[in-house]
Amino acid sequence: MDTFIVISLIKIFVVFAVLMTTLAYLQWVERKVIAHIQLRPGPYRVGPHGLLQPLADVIKLITKEDLLPPYVNRPLYLLAPFLAITMALLSISVIPFGPAINVAGYRTWMQLTDLNIGVLFVLAVSSMGVYGIALAGWSSNNKYALLGGLRSSAQMISYELPLSLAIAAPLLISNTLSLRDLVGRQAGGIWHWNVLHGPFPQIISFIVFLIAGFAETNRVPFDLPEAENELVAGFHTEYSSMKFASFFMAEYANMITVSAMATLLFLGGWVAPWPAEYGSTLVPVAVFAVAGVVALYHGLHPARRRDRLSLPAFGVIFLIIAAAFLLPILQGWLVPLFWFCAKTGTILFAFMWVRGTLPRFRYDQLMGFTWKFLFPVAVVNLLVTAFLVAWLG
Amino acid sequence: MDVILFLTFAIIAVVCAINVVVQTHPIASAVSLVGVMGSLAVLYLLLGAEFIAAAQVIVYAGAIMVLFVFVIMLLNAGAEVRHGRSLMAQVLGVPLLIALLGVVAYFVQRLYPRGTMVHFGGFTGGSAQAVGHALFTTYLLPFEATSILVLIAIVGAIVLARKEMD
Repeated sequence: MDTFIVISLIKIFVVFAVLMTTLAYLQWVERKVIAHIQLRPGPYRVGPHGLLQPLADVIKLITKEDLLPPYVNRPLYLLAPFLAITMALLSISVIPFGPAINVAGYRTWMQLTDLNIGVLFVLAVSSMGVYGIALAGWSSNNKYALLGGLRSSAQMISYELPLSLAIAAPLLISNTLSLRDLVGRQAGGIWHWNVLHGPFPQIISFIVFLIAGFAETNRVPFDLPEAENELVAGFHTEYSSMKFASFFMAEYANMITVSAMATLLFLGGWVAPWPAEYGSTLVPVAVFAVAGVVALYHGLHPARRRDRLSLPAFGVIFLIIAAAFLLPILQGWLVPLFWFCAKTGTILFAFMWVRGTLPRFRYDQLMGFTWKFLFPVAVVNLLVTAFLVAWLG
Repeated sequence: MDVILFLTFAIIAVVCAINVVVQTHPIASAVSLVGVMGSLAVLYLLLGAEFIAAAQVIVYAGAIMVLFVFVIMLLNAGAEVRHGRSLMAQVLGVPLLIALLGVVAYFVQRLYPRGTMVHFGGFTGGSAQAVGHALFTTYLLPFEATSILVLIAIVGAIVLARKEMD
């Protein structure tokens, strides 16, 4: 019992630290991706290639003056950012990152806890997250914030329906609500993943889930709650300093949750696309080795003076990581973690890609799209899946 | 541990429930009601009914109360003004409340005379599989009747909304 508590505390600490770092660096990645889509260098001044920019942003946000406007509803105004960030971080606790591993003689799962209602837990927690935004909008006592909060609650209620229906279809195939078992049922290769799994491949449901996930996280093209040309900044207009940062972190944490859920529900979680005997464990080695060699080459032919030092350093780091994937001790947990991060990261990249590409919807288009198109598609997909599972399964 | 959790969330539930009535602003009441529902979900979880707990949060706290808050925000309902309380309520309120609680307690005692204790975690039929199985075997008829009732309510809501539009 005591070892269980100690191990759980260590795991919570590790997951929390990694998650917070990821949240900070996701912002850097997003700025870089959008900058490159728009042919700009992006953050470049703080550290090599702007790598210390997140640290500077964190210091800036912490040291900024924390304004408390006199006309707000104080208890709810202070509760709202707390609710938003709590609900966003809570759902990470049931996400499995990899299989069971042995650390210093103890066998433990790369997951904080496994609930037999894991999927429902994530749905419940994410449906509570809307309170943070709605209450922030209302308690700010500001018309722009109120409109942002109203838009966001209407949008989240509407898009939760296709989201839940899209989740239900792969659950019919996998026949479990535990996220750990869900991955176990998809083991074996890419044709066992729910997105391609018989009797009815869940491609439609995967796309519906992603679109509804974009709307649930208030991302472009569904970012009407914070449409800056109409609403200043939407629901967080009156928030400053760390209270603003809480909303900001909550948005990125929700993005990670949606991507991780898509990975677990449709893309087989930490399972490799093809079995290890056909060399899937060598893919991460190849990826990092190629990245290292490319960085070394560019370091030897630098386009800018400062690259002469930074790029070879990155190259060596990548080569060391590639070598680490070859060690049998580390392979057991590094390879599943690589596949989980690769799949989640690809979906996160899609989030950023869409932000750099698509314009914002008009409000009636947003509502019409979900109620007249997305919802019927999800219902039909669920019905067809249910009939085929009952008939063939 | 179970008893501590039970007491904590039972107290939170009761405090939030009293707060629903005491608060003058509708939004504050609605948020307190969310607190009641959340702590009830934890109590269900303690009793071993995890599916009901999740459904409680998803349906009540996550859908119905969001709609309530949304409507209150949309109507921009202000804080209620406290009117002077009537003499009847002041004189008769407390004795009638005690009488009501006494009657309820009496009937509960009469109907369930054997004082069996509730054991935390003693109930195991609360998983999603068990609930689904019970719904489609033992309680099939009530389940289907409820679904038809819900369907009629949805159709009714649409008919009423159309009439308004014309």
